[in-house]
Amino acid sequence: MTSNTMLRWGLYAILTVFALFYLLPLFVMLTTSLKSLEEIRTGGLLALPRAITFQPWLEAWSSACAGTQCEGLRPFFWNSVLMAVPAVLISTVVGALNGYVFAQWRFPGANLFFAAILFGCFIPFQVVLMPMARMLGLLGLAGTIPGLIFVHVIYGIGFTTLFFRNYYVTIPQELVRAAKVDGAGFFRIFWSIFLPISLPIITVSVIWQFTQIWNDFLFGVSFSGPGSQPVTVALNNIVNSTTGVKAYNVDMAAAIIAALPTLLVYVVAGKYFIRGLTAGSVKG
Amino acid sequence: MEWLERNVPKLVLAPSFVAILVFVYGFIVWTAWISLTKSRLMPRYDIDGLGQYTRLFASPRWDVAMNNLYIFGALFIIISMLVGLMLAIFLDQKIRAEGVLRTIYLYPMALSLIVTGTAWKWILNPGLGIQDMVRSWGFESFTFDWLIRPEMAIYTIVLAAVWQASGFVMALFLAGLRSVDTEIIRAAQVDGIPTHRIYSAIIIPTMAPIFLSAFIVLAHLAIKAFDLVIALTNGGPGYATDLPATYMYAMAFSRGDLGQAAASAMIMMMVIFAIVVPYLYSELRPRRDQ
Repeated sequence: MTSNTMLRWGLYAILTVFALFYLLPLFVMLTTSLKSLEEIRTGGLLALPRAITFQPWLEAWSSACAGTQCEGLRPFFWNSVLMAVPAVLISTVVGALNGYVFAQWRFPGANLFFAAILFGCFIPFQVVLMPMARMLGLLGLAGTIPGLIFVHVIYGIGFTTLFFRNYYVTIPQELVRAAKVDGAGFFRIFWSIFLPISLPIITVSVIWQFTQIWNDFLFGVSFSGPGSQPVTVALNNIVNSTTGVKAYNVDMAAAIIAALPTLLVYVVAGKYFIRGLTAGSVKG
Repeated sequence: MEWLERNVPKLVLAPSFVAILVFVYGFIVWTAWISLTKSRLMPRYDIDGLGQYTRLFASPRWDVAMNNLYIFGALFIIISMLVGLMLAIFLDQKIRAEGVLRTIYLYPMALSLIVTGTAWKWILNPGLGIQDMVRSWGFESFTFDWLIRPEMAIYTIVLAAVWQASGFVMALFLAGLRSVDTEIIRAAQVDGIPTHRIYSAIIIPTMAPIFLSAFIVLAHLAIKAFDLVIALTNGGPGYATDLPATYMYAMAFSRGDLGQAAASAMIMMMVIFAIVVPYLYSELRPRRDQ
């Protein structure tokens, strides 16, 4: 019995140590962001701030320098919002309709096309980076937010289609057949039968896409211009900005600001976030 | 009108079909084509053969990038799997506050790798980070300067990547553990089989598909790793922590060497496909027969 109790203690000890390991960077980011530079130089990494200051947060938001532009993260944060919201909505709507066709309106060749889409989810984006840069130039979208929206929609519909297809495939086909007999058409059936039951999978799709697009760096750094950079690119520029004194507290505040939206989504809707993750890895 | 009605499903798919055809498959063909030409700053379309690949394999920087991929990939996958499996098994022991712990283990996955890189860069910097902290405790000669040592810097990337992804592996395994038939486990417990034997002989073998999924996801993450390297080491010191993805990016956007960029992107794709295609094939097979 005593050895069992010790085992339990050991178990909790290990689980706690790992919890501390996962929390450490967040803790360090938060405390560092509330310290003055002087205190960072003299105090320890893990020390709590002696005199809390919000100055670094203000600087990170509105005056820190990303490259030559010294307006803080604010404009880039809004760039990310302007990019993510339409891209999430469009890719989710397209994915829902695609998934509905693949699950309920099969036609010869549909499986092959579905496999082709699935395949597309796995390509390393490096392989489309250069032609996409040229294509955006040809379309006049290079360095613009609509250009980034376009890219995120194109490479997002693979996953959203997969989510909806796997969700709708569990709905018996007799339902659609009966509705057809009653004279309902494609969109009518979607609107009055499928859409009302879709809230969970819409949530999964929206959260997945939002997290992907908000956190994206590769497309952002490759296809944005000075006025259209998303927040991840700006954060990296602020951290690597070489002008003036290295302001670690501002860097940390900026990092937290850039992370807040997705962190918030995770805290509020973690269940759906995990479902998206596992659906994205364990197909069907 | 009737034609329209019959073909609505196909018309709905048509835009996606065209988009995937052009922006995925067409673009792959374009990159493959460029990788066979002498393109430098501007694309050239006259086929030249495998010259770019010969150059690529002879390049010391690419050599470093591929070596780093092996080191990073192997350690990242193995450690994330071990940590994830261990945490999943431990959490499966009717732990109090399981929900809170799970939330804590998994939150890094919601963060941008740029944020992760920024945080770890600060923690690992020798001047004011862990090294400085331990020295201030009185261990004056303590050194932990992996971040700025060319031969060690790649391990800092492993550390940050494991931090980011191991909670996700835990979630996968935990879901797997929970789906094992409880009847079998109870029967084994009744027979007096010790817990560690139940795990090693009954539960873990039934989770083979989850191991495979976790492996595929982690391998995929490793090969595509880009953001984390940029934020944590920017490929440095020198190009000591270059990975294929950062090599490709440097060639395409700062060196102006489209041919090399295309060839390296093609190699990345082949590595991913060598891993993913057998998996996708086995996943799609049974469903087609339905």
